[in-house]
Amino acid sequence: MKLDKTQGALLAVTVALAAAGFAAPYWLTFLLMLALAKGLVVQGVVIQMRTGLVSFGQGLFFCIGGYGVGVASNLMGCTDAFVQLGLAVVVSLAVAAVLGLLMTRYRDIFFAMLSLALSMILFGVLVKNQALGSTDGFNVAAQTYLGWAPGPHQQKLVSYLLTVVIAGIAAQLIYLYMHSGVGQISEAIRENEIRVEYLGLSPRWLIYGNYLVAAAISAVGGALTAFATGHIDPEMAFWTTSGEFVFIALLGGITHVAAPFVAAVLFAVVRTYALEFTPNTWQLILGVVLLAIIIFLPKGLWSLIQRDKRAKA
Amino acid sequence: MTTLIAILIDGLTYSSWLFLVAAGLTIIYGVMRILNMAHGSFYAIGAYCGASLVGWYFTGAEGSPYWSYLLLVLAAVASGLLVGLVIEQGLLRFLYRQNEILMVIVTYALLLILEDVTKLVFGVDPYFTYQPYSLLGRTEISGLAFSNYDLMLVAVSVVVGAVAWAVLNRTHKGKLLRAVIHDREISVAMGVNVRAMFAATFVVGSVLGALAGALTAPAISVSPGIGVEVIVLAFAVVVVGGLGSIEGAIVGSLMVGLSRAAAVHLAPEIELFVIYGVMSLVLAVRPQGLFGRALARKI
Repeated sequence: MKLDKTQGALLAVTVALAAAGFAAPYWLTFLLMLALAKGLVVQGVVIQMRTGLVSFGQGLFFCIGGYGVGVASNLMGCTDAFVQLGLAVVVSLAVAAVLGLLMTRYRDIFFAMLSLALSMILFGVLVKNQALGSTDGFNVAAQTYLGWAPGPHQQKLVSYLLTVVIAGIAAQLIYLYMHSGVGQISEAIRENEIRVEYLGLSPRWLIYGNYLVAAAISAVGGALTAFATGHIDPEMAFWTTSGEFVFIALLGGITHVAAPFVAAVLFAVVRTYALEFTPNTWQLILGVVLLAIIIFLPKGLWSLIQRDKRAKA
Repeated sequence: MTTLIAILIDGLTYSSWLFLVAAGLTIIYGVMRILNMAHGSFYAIGAYCGASLVGWYFTGAEGSPYWSYLLLVLAAVASGLLVGLVIEQGLLRFLYRQNEILMVIVTYALLLILEDVTKLVFGVDPYFTYQPYSLLGRTEISGLAFSNYDLMLVAVSVVVGAVAWAVLNRTHKGKLLRAVIHDREISVAMGVNVRAMFAATFVVGSVLGALAGALTAPAISVSPGIGVEVIVLAFAVVVVGGLGSIEGAIVGSLMVGLSRAAAVHLAPEIELFVIYGVMSLVLAVRPQGLFGRALARKI
């Protein structure tokens, strides 16, 4: 298989990040790990944004991913990372398959509000559920990998490498999808859904497919976050978490597959310093930046706003 | 029987609180098509201003404690006016041509900014102003004690609802407003000053948000994060009733309020679930909400 420029670059960055894991200090790999995991969820938001839908409830699947890991490790006694990831994705897909039937009937703010409500339902259920740790959530035991249990120092490295590899694979797959025929219909739906219908395609089922894909990678992001922090709590489903994903998605824009990851890393770095120096103005900074992007740098947003303008060829 | 009465009265007081919170949100959406996430911040700002002013009154000033109710309202009106005007004139009026979903994100940015501004102005320590709450005492209804302050909120929200309805349906300005709600472009063509209408609506909406906050302040501890909690509740209410409809907000708050009260008394573990459950159920059956108008698809 021949790789084009973007695919080559993605591969190179993946390898470089993986190599950096052996040399970089722990705080850096930890930050990258969280950012990449978050970036995966943002990819889910962005996939839906390409059809013009903004999900204010992606935290739902992020949370399901995290709790998939937590339930597997604490209630079912299974510490294998791959089984946990599999469980997270399967549960998330099952939930999305049902909810998707409802969600695909809605557009614009109704899609945004309903997705928000659904993730708040999960939040409400988790907060009141003693068996699932209530408001505190619970800690997740260290993972094993196909029967191999790495030592505490190796553990961090292995989970970092796993995150980098998964993010790298996801980026390649999303890139292929974006440039496939089906992927490009997303753009057409955003521009004019009814015309797509007249062309004999079904926007609803494509949106349904996107919803499932977004749910799956958001769950992976949630599971990897649980690996990284070793802790999960219901806040993962709270709407402000989802708002953060939307923020990062807009920060990066929707035109390039790497944008969500870059934006997520940038977000993590800025947040680390902002919380360190001015803990009470972090959200203020976020808000101002968000407004600035919308008003002055609408590139990522522009295609969302102007349905009539043709996208760059 | 006692449980039933408790559910009914708790539900009613909670519903009227929900209506107070949601009224401003639905009015702003109805006229301007802006689903205002920053409404939660208006609520928080109102609560902080009310709590500080009343707190100052009870520590420093001499006078009848009953004046504190007037102070709460004054604090709400002043802060709502100021914040509403600044935001509408300073930012939103430049963005009226954008689509609805982008405006949600703009107001989300405003919410983030206002959250921290309130923290910077009022600090992060909670404010307590229990005096206006305890001053009115309690009423016993079939063996259960209910706070009179909560019962008074029912009256306040009835007044707010009635005034809003009367202004919309019985005055000249209200008629113009309904024209704008119905079709913005035609109203402009007919000589309605839509921009002035927008500014006035936004300020009224933000004053209502601040009023809800100020009136709630005596019953809660005013601390960072109250706005973020409130906004999703208000969303649930207006979405159930139909975005932009006052009648809808009334019915929506009654449905949400009563079902939450029932959940609290009968099955406390589903308390939070039930609010969004009602919302999702209504949306699944009637996407435009109970009182919303279905819109034709435009090609």
